Amino acid sequence: MAELARAPIAAPRRLPRLRRFLDGDLLWSFRRSPVTVGAAVVAFVIIGSAIAAPWVAPHNPYDLASVNLMDATDPPVWLHGGSWAYVLGTDNQGRDVLSTIIYGTRLSLLVGVLAVVAALILGVALGLVAGWSGGIVETMIMRVADVQLSFPAILIALLIDGVARTMLPHNVQAEIAIYVLIVSVALSNWVHFARTVRGSTLVERNKEYIQAARVIGVRPWRIVTGHLLPNVLGPVLVIATINLATAILTEATLSFLGVGLPPTQPSLGTLIRVGNDYLMSGDWWIALFPGIWLALLILSVNLLGDWLRDALNPKLR
Amino acid sequence: MIAFVIRRLCQSVVVLLTVALIAFALFNYVGDPINNMVGQDTTPAERVALRHELGLDQSFLVQFARFVGHAAEGNFGLSYQEARPVGQIILERMPATLELSFVAALLALILGVPMGIYTGLHRRSLLSQAMLTTSLVGISLPTFLIGILLILVFAVMLGWLPSYGRGTVVHIGWWTTGLLTISGWKAIILPAITLALFQMTLIMRLVRSEMIEVLRTDYIKFARARGLSNRAVNFGHALKNTLVPVITITGLQLGAIIAFAVITETVFQWPGMGLMFIQAVTFADIPVMAAYLVLVGFFFVVINLVVDLLYYVVDPRLRIEHEHAAGG
Repeated sequence: MAELARAPIAAPRRLPRLRRFLDGDLLWSFRRSPVTVGAAVVAFVIIGSAIAAPWVAPHNPYDLASVNLMDATDPPVWLHGGSWAYVLGTDNQGRDVLSTIIYGTRLSLLVGVLAVVAALILGVALGLVAGWSGGIVETMIMRVADVQLSFPAILIALLIDGVARTMLPHNVQAEIAIYVLIVSVALSNWVHFARTVRGSTLVERNKEYIQAARVIGVRPWRIVTGHLLPNVLGPVLVIATINLATAILTEATLSFLGVGLPPTQPSLGTLIRVGNDYLMSGDWWIALFPGIWLALLILSVNLLGDWLRDALNPKLR
Repeated sequence: MIAFVIRRLCQSVVVLLTVALIAFALFNYVGDPINNMVGQDTTPAERVALRHELGLDQSFLVQFARFVGHAAEGNFGLSYQEARPVGQIILERMPATLELSFVAALLALILGVPMGIYTGLHRRSLLSQAMLTTSLVGISLPTFLIGILLILVFAVMLGWLPSYGRGTVVHIGWWTTGLLTISGWKAIILPAITLALFQMTLIMRLVRSEMIEVLRTDYIKFARARGLSNRAVNFGHALKNTLVPVITITGLQLGAIIAFAVITETVFQWPGMGLMFIQAVTFADIPVMAAYLVLVGFFFVVINLVVDLLYYVVDPRLRIEHEHAAGG
């Protein structure tokens, strides 16, 4: 409403893109919700520090020269025996916990984002094919999706990961663990994309612009990629945001269970797994801080996803 | 009705056969079973003889049929890791998982439903807001993190409860139970809470939104106009009608509980099937993995089937719609 009042009625001059975005509904609903703003700040700090890890982290945990075993399991700075050099304490190998967290978040995000992108591509492609072609192809794709959906994603990911481990030789397992992980998380997540896209495709393909494109003889491939795809992508982006949180969680869980990233390449889940072994001896900070970091990351991404879903849904306005 | 049941049964069988096919493919094509059985000095001729003896040179369909036949009898071969029949290992592990899942499901229902009713009836109260915010955190916290936090507080800091194992168990035939000893009860508290928390928040949110929905309907207004007490309206009329989706979701969540038991059992070193599966994945113990897959597939299919039929029995509208849609 405020936007209407402010806009000059007589001269509908084209506002610059940025200006239009800043005045838009999306940002308005963003500013109105303090929880969303808070979530965005937290997500920005966590993701930003992960991307800028080499410049932000106080130590480089991969640089063996800077790691001193004498400093192993130092407590955080506010406890007796802690020092400002290691604000959140050190782990069992003398690595700075804060630095391993920042570098670990990098890997967690990398796996999460790549897995969601892979799931998105696979799911959208299969959903388009199913919705467009119908018939036996559609039945087969959707039956597979139904069967997969009746099992929790974490079980599917575990199974794919387990099979890959068995088939691959032992010596390369650590190196390609990250790819195996991405594939298993992606394959456990594609169904939501496929179902949504198929649903929208079924609606869109009977609309007039598609019929018009058919009538003027546009090739089917061109119709699907050029006309249909842009019109079914809206809900997909929302699912992708929400799925990012799921993917990060799945990765962390697999790593925690010891079938994800190895301790030489620790993601947040691996850090918690390693720290878990030291919980009983009272060195709680090794597991707890990566845990809190992971929880904050997932919570903030979830909140942003919820906000995006509501903000893009005109029915709720 | 009968047509619906038969169709649903056929679907279940197809799903089960698919799962069995995947398990069979795992069993047969991931690694060479002969290589896993013989030593290095076995001659090729001996290998061929063994292959023939085990029936591994027969056609795919024959082998698959035999696998399904054996699976139905609970015979999944020997575990690579423990060199014992897989069926026996699973039978030993199953009571622990089922007991944990049962206690967790009960906990989630007993706490989740009343909390959902309360937050649905008193939407603006401070306690409701607090419960809803906590539930959001509960959903975002990974299961294993909740377990670790509980261990940290109640086992390490306070020292009240054990952090691993099942405590003392009592054997009743082949079934082992920890629910008859004090140490068993102490041991199940933390894992059960960990496993139940997610389902509890889910049930709470579901009951809440259903309550809010139902309280808006005309028959509730009419019930109030008739001068019925709040209690009668809220529990006799409103709650009853929210229970259909709650039954469905809770039933389906039973499957999720079994899946998440894998994580909880690892955190608490609970000697159930989930821990067995994780160990099998780490050691590439294919027969155990295949058996777990078939068993969990079986659980899921049965649960889905029962929930579908239950839904059909509970909700008369659905019955009529189906009969129209299916033409009788």
